[in-house]
Amino acid sequence: MMGTQTAIDYAPLAVLLPIFGAALAFVLRRHVMAQRSVTIGALVVTLALESWMLVSAWQNGAQAVMIGGWAPPFGISLVVDEFSALMLVVSTAVSLTVLLYATGQGMADGDEDGPVSVFHPAYLILVAGVSNAFLAGDLFNLYVGFEILLTASYVLLTLGGTTARIRAGVTYVVVSVVSSVLFLVAIGMIYAATGTVNMADLAGKLADIDPGTQMVLHVMLLVAFGVKAAVFPLSFWLPDSYPTAPAPVTAVFAGLLTKVGVYAMIRTETLLFPGDRLNGPLMVVALLTMLVGILGALAQADFKRMLSFTLTSHIGYMVFGLATGSAVALAATVYYVAHHIIVQTSLFLVAGLMERRGGTTNVDRLGSLAKLSPVLAVLFFIPAMNLAGIPPFSGFLGKLGLLRGGVDLGTPLAWALLAGALVTSLLTLLAVARVWNRAFWRRAEDAEEPDPILLIAADGGASPAPVKAGPIVRGDSELLPRTMVYSTGALVLLGVSLTIFAGPLFDLADQSAQQMMERTPYIEAVLGGTNAGGGP
Amino acid sequence: MSVNVTLLIVMGVLFASGIYLLLERSLTRVLLGIILVGNGVNLLILAAGGRSGHAPLYAADIPAEDYADPLPQALILTAIVITFAVTAFLLAMIYRSWVIARRDELTDDAEDRRVAAKSAYDFEEDSEVAVETSEFPEDADDDGAVEREGDPVRSAAARAAGERLANDFRQASSEESAGTNNHRRNRKAR
Repeated sequence: MMGTQTAIDYAPLAVLLPIFGAALAFVLRRHVMAQRSVTIGALVVTLALESWMLVSAWQNGAQAVMIGGWAPPFGISLVVDEFSALMLVVSTAVSLTVLLYATGQGMADGDEDGPVSVFHPAYLILVAGVSNAFLAGDLFNLYVGFEILLTASYVLLTLGGTTARIRAGVTYVVVSVVSSVLFLVAIGMIYAATGTVNMADLAGKLADIDPGTQMVLHVMLLVAFGVKAAVFPLSFWLPDSYPTAPAPVTAVFAGLLTKVGVYAMIRTETLLFPGDRLNGPLMVVALLTMLVGILGALAQADFKRMLSFTLTSHIGYMVFGLATGSAVALAATVYYVAHHIIVQTSLFLVAGLMERRGGTTNVDRLGSLAKLSPVLAVLFFIPAMNLAGIPPFSGFLGKLGLLRGGVDLGTPLAWALLAGALVTSLLTLLAVARVWNRAFWRRAEDAEEPDPILLIAADGGASPAPVKAGPIVRGDSELLPRTMVYSTGALVLLGVSLTIFAGPLFDLADQSAQQMMERTPYIEAVLGGTNAGGGP
Repeated sequence: MSVNVTLLIVMGVLFASGIYLLLERSLTRVLLGIILVGNGVNLLILAAGGRSGHAPLYAADIPAEDYADPLPQALILTAIVITFAVTAFLLAMIYRSWVIARRDELTDDAEDRRVAAKSAYDFEEDSEVAVETSEFPEDADDDGAVEREGDPVRSAAARAAGERLANDFRQASSEESAGTNNHRRNRKAR
């Protein structure tokens, strides 16, 4: 009893632990091993704490904690409900795996110091920002969470300061700043209209203001979050900036950052602006996001760029579930967000491994990878099929839920979306199958200007000479460091476990969708607490 | 709620000129645009706080309505700090861009240009099935036969080039491994 009651009281630690860890890691920047241990330790403890919070939220529903003891509508409140707890656990688990992968890469490349010493602190700050955004109980704290994670992401994206990264970084920073400004303007206007920024308080007060004003505020928030979530007309920046960053950075960005935008959209739609006023436009946007994204993916030769396009394309599924507006579809969206964080991140990690093994991520220049490294082939195949939504995997389960929500709605627009979702799924399969056929299945000799690294081993396989076997084996373990392969494998397994534990997970998703549609548990968790204390 | 007209006009000018500068390609101007827009938002939040009043320090004899709303000011303070950090980072990035490339303008993404310049996706051309592994007889369809005629030559040339590269690489790596072996031996000897 005591334990479940107090889990929420430690919620601030989900933000503070990574920040303290970052400070410590920054102090220890000359001691690589110590820095690594601090970073990994901070994330492990945070993950344990968040798992506890998830269990607590699952049993007791939404709970809130007031920072500094200020009465709710005025002070900063952190809210944990099923959805935010699930997002916290998934995001931190993914961050931890990617961190291990990055550690493996750092150890293999032997970059002992230099600008890379800023990687660990910046990474922890990123995690803190993501946690803060998920926990935020008021709009301004959500803005601060966004800014924390964005500022850390600016540093991570331009790590090393090469020409390509600076170029990509400028686009990314400017677009992010503009969307943040838009969000801040929306917050200012909401404050002018209602006199509060607390989301639970707003849920009641926004309904009382003029519908026209409501619409303006609603659209402004959606546009601001739409940029961060990379929803179609606002997604142009993502494939431009993500692929240039180092593999682990791209992986964690792809997994987490856009999902924070999606999370904010879901909160806005369910808590602040319930009802279906904007569901029509959202559906059109979802359809366009899916189709434009996947068509862009098909045009790419570079695997990382292709993945960036599938990323924006699959954001469309989440917007689809949100726009459908039923509890069934919302539950599927919650599940799909968790699935997509894990799968997209593992594919980007695999892209990093492919780059190490084959010398490039341009699939026109790759070949023979299935023969050279069967482990890598398996690591690619599972999340790729998962992304395309092939039956036993979680991508299929999530999409099935979304489609059911669409069928239940039954409007012509919903049917169009259903068709669009199916086509997107098929085209995703085509895109990943092309990568499979070229990079893994065909022989390296058939590739355009293949890297010599591929040819030497392919040659060795064709005429098995004992002399060559030595260097190849040695090369393989050096090219694919164990830590990197194992951490990627762990993430792929996590993706598979979403299928295995689909039952309880869907229960959780259903429960959280119900609570979000009802709204009262969230509002009571924040505002109800004060009535006992002193009254409004 | 009444709004201060001066504040409103200044805000409008800041936003308008800020957005105009943001649309430029020169990075320094973009930065100036971000600074102006950031300050415009700060004024907007200030205006959102309502009319001015006493400093929000509690005194028993001042009625609650006479105080200024302290919350927007706290928000502005946070926003100023964030804009400051972003400005500093952008300045560093612009300087870096200047050091590397001697230019203050945003360039196009090379890969993006390449993909855009490519003609529509072509299955015949893009899915390169090697002749010897193809399940279809070469003269199965006439269109394919014409195209594939060049293939054996091309793939032979490619293979020759590949072997040459592979040989170079093998040599390099065997030298390297010989080197490391020596190292190991030395270390053992020590």
